[in-house]
Amino acid sequence: MLAGNYNKSLNRFCIGMSILTGGLLTAGALVTSNDAGLSIPDWPLAYNSLVPPFVGGIRYEFTHRVIAGIVATLTVVLAAWLYRVESRGWVRTFGYIAMCTVIAQAVLGGMTVIFRQPVPVSVAHACVAQIFFCSLISLSLFTSQWWQEDVTAISDTGSPKLRALAVWTAAATFFQLVLGAAFRHGGSGIGPHLVGAAVVTGMVFWTAGSLRNRFPSSAPFKVCRIVLHSLIGMQLILGGAAWWSRIITKNAPQPMPIMVYLTVAHVVFGALTLAGTVVVALVSYRLLTASLSRAVASSRAQEAM
Amino acid sequence: MKLRNSGYIMVAAALAIALVSCGKKEETTETPAATMAPSGQPVDAATAGSITGTIKLEGTPPAPGKISMAAEAYCAKEHPTPVPAEDVVVGPGGTLANAVVYISDDMSKYAVTVPSAPAVIDQKGCMYHPHVVAMVAGQQLQITNSDATTHNIHPLPKDNQEWNVSQPPGSAPMMKVWGRPEEAIAVKCNVHPWMKSYMFAFKNNFFAVTGADGKFTIGNVPPGTYTITVWQEKYGNKTASVTVPAKGAATADVSFSAASGD
Repeated sequence: MLAGNYNKSLNRFCIGMSILTGGLLTAGALVTSNDAGLSIPDWPLAYNSLVPPFVGGIRYEFTHRVIAGIVATLTVVLAAWLYRVESRGWVRTFGYIAMCTVIAQAVLGGMTVIFRQPVPVSVAHACVAQIFFCSLISLSLFTSQWWQEDVTAISDTGSPKLRALAVWTAAATFFQLVLGAAFRHGGSGIGPHLVGAAVVTGMVFWTAGSLRNRFPSSAPFKVCRIVLHSLIGMQLILGGAAWWSRIITKNAPQPMPIMVYLTVAHVVFGALTLAGTVVVALVSYRLLTASLSRAVASSRAQEAM
Repeated sequence: MKLRNSGYIMVAAALAIALVSCGKKEETTETPAATMAPSGQPVDAATAGSITGTIKLEGTPPAPGKISMAAEAYCAKEHPTPVPAEDVVVGPGGTLANAVVYISDDMSKYAVTVPSAPAVIDQKGCMYHPHVVAMVAGQQLQITNSDATTHNIHPLPKDNQEWNVSQPPGSAPMMKVWGRPEEAIAVKCNVHPWMKSYMFAFKNNFFAVTGADGKFTIGNVPPGTYTITVWQEKYGNKTASVTVPAKGAATADVSFSAASGD
């Protein structure tokens, strides 16, 4: 039985938006790594026209702006769609929040150009991008058939509670992305980002280990822990490779392609890792009861109905 | 009610965008700053001497980085093979081009002559020419684009106003002024990220940039003992002491160690 009103087209639209936003993140990372953020010195127009000369770094910046414009427009469409068909008020609200986030992101993008990349604005632009990406991933999950089906609640008797652990892991991963953005935009050294990497790796392994030890027979949690292990493993390799590429190209005229591609891949997998931890947190809230007594109460209430 | 809330959100967003669009920093053309000393005493031409010398690199010069311009068709056509980077340009005998030499003592008692001719930097072959430009603060800077492609010129000063201006092919030369003295202002082109240059705006006239042969001359220097500073993009600063005789030429040869750039 469906608790909500599953709409296949809406869910596919959310998934498509998530993929497109992944492309937008990649385009944004390419702009930063190619130092092309100010190749178009004006905003919202480009060289006082709608289409600038498509040369050099302008290609990266303009492509980023075009994809951003498409994503922003489609996010407004998504919010309107949710308003029309979604019966769950909190999901509609989530759609509005996503819309506000993308608008804030556009404003931050404009500010980076107009104020010539002040570090706090550039870091905020990078971080709000991650929040927006996660909001679309979350909407994809909320509008899925699986989320809206009845599920058998599972009790979590371990400590700390997996819900809390998953939320803290997602929060630590987001903070790590903030540190990464600060390093990338010249706001800090690499030290805090390396410490953050160690903390996030530990928390992800702790969460994944808890999933395996406490819920060995749960298929959704099995998928969650495989995803977490894969993402953090890949991200650690890419982080090391990105750092190595900076060292070996230190004296070369920048930006060198190897540094660009490895760093962009590291940024994109950082976003995917954050999305993975957010999904695990949401799934744990969906499947796990807050406490055993509440589970029993919920079960009794259902029986009474 | 829901519609009304959505409307508020959209209006707020539109206002925010409008605010950012209108909040653009004023691009000010800086006037020569008060740090200039037009009322200082002129250098006595009857006793003035000069400082000459050669800047060299000792040891094995680093292999120059290779700039590939394959990313843009026009630039790649201008340079079909990779171009050597200009951070260290070594000539025969280890001479160093593009080093800036200046008297770093307080020379504020002497009048500053702001040249009427502008300092010039050209964007040609998707490179900056010259790689290092030195001028007097308040002197006009003329920026030209000789290429058939768009460039943007984006200096990153710390004491002066930052600007970022595009220059399409065929544009008229652009004039700018550094109002405040500042050393080693990094300049980049965000369209072609390999394009890098440095600008210096001095508060007096006692400076020079080495040519391809590593030689420099600072003329019209009052007699006395001075500390000169030599700046090189990769190797940083080095100082030396020099005594300028009346109506004579002092020599100051300075060498950097190639190992110090590692």
